[in-house]
Amino acid sequence: MFSLSGKTALVTGASGGIGAAIARQLHAQGATVVLSGTREAALQELADSLGERAHIAVANLSDPAEADGLVAKAEAVAGAPLDILVNNAGLTRDTLAIRMKDSDWSQVLTVDLESPFRLARAALKGMLRRRAGRIISIASVVGTTGNAGQANYAAAKAGIVGMSKSLAQEAGPRGVTVNVVAPGFIETPMTDVLPETVREKLIGSIPLGRMGNTGDVASAVVYLASDEAAWVTGTTLHVNGGMAMV
Amino acid sequence: MSDIADKVKKIVVEHLGVDESKVTPDASFIDDLGADSLDTVELVMAFEEAFSVEIPEDAAEKIATVKDAIDYIEKQKAA
Repeated sequence: MFSLSGKTALVTGASGGIGAAIARQLHAQGATVVLSGTREAALQELADSLGERAHIAVANLSDPAEADGLVAKAEAVAGAPLDILVNNAGLTRDTLAIRMKDSDWSQVLTVDLESPFRLARAALKGMLRRRAGRIISIASVVGTTGNAGQANYAAAKAGIVGMSKSLAQEAGPRGVTVNVVAPGFIETPMTDVLPETVREKLIGSIPLGRMGNTGDVASAVVYLASDEAAWVTGTTLHVNGGMAMV
Repeated sequence: MSDIADKVKKIVVEHLGVDESKVTPDASFIDDLGADSLDTVELVMAFEEAFSVEIPEDAAEKIATVKDAIDYIEKQKAA
């Protein structure tokens, strides 16, 4: 089950905690992976640790031209057409709306919503022709619930859901599926620094009684990327320990 | 037949996987050649690429037959 052998996958934001875990699991299932991000050294280190079937493609997704060109670049380094696109790259510029600068809004929307569209548009051209493909975007529980201080991020993540449903309708007749994985609170270097009391309160709001780990998210991506998920499209798979049952 | 007509025909055969003999000037992409709406968009994009022309959305909507495509591209190329 869930073999990805012979498939080629592009993972954006692969130098981050969740992105690296996704790349590792896709690779473990047999996929050739192209790791993208802005930090070349970190990407190379991950590629080296994976060994064969791992390539890197550096790209800054806040630059529209680099986003537009990344799929072609990934196919060139992998030497194969792209079967799986994982839109994972994202950034946050958290602050209350009354203090939010135009640049806080536009940077987050550009990287977290516009670049996934640019990548999906480029990937779809080949996928539709080949009548196969998987596009999986990483959103967030806050795209559904909202979160104080994250108007920009929540808007982008909710936007990912609407975009993916539309693309799923367009691409469905060609057997290409488009889905979303929406993680809840995931243990990363960013959440490690939370004070213990905050952590305890957070965990108290999660029925499964723990924070998620990056592997929890990656497993959901592997499922949606697999042949076994062939009849699942336009959906959002919530991976949040039951914190928000939506 | 002009070079443009030849090339259009070739692109249609390639994209829709239909027999060359079916790609007559009056053949409708949707009614006669089995294209769906996505196919027609892909065809228009293939024409744009092959002939280095831009086919705006409202013009693309009017391209229903093989002849429509040839005429439109010939007009663009002549302009």
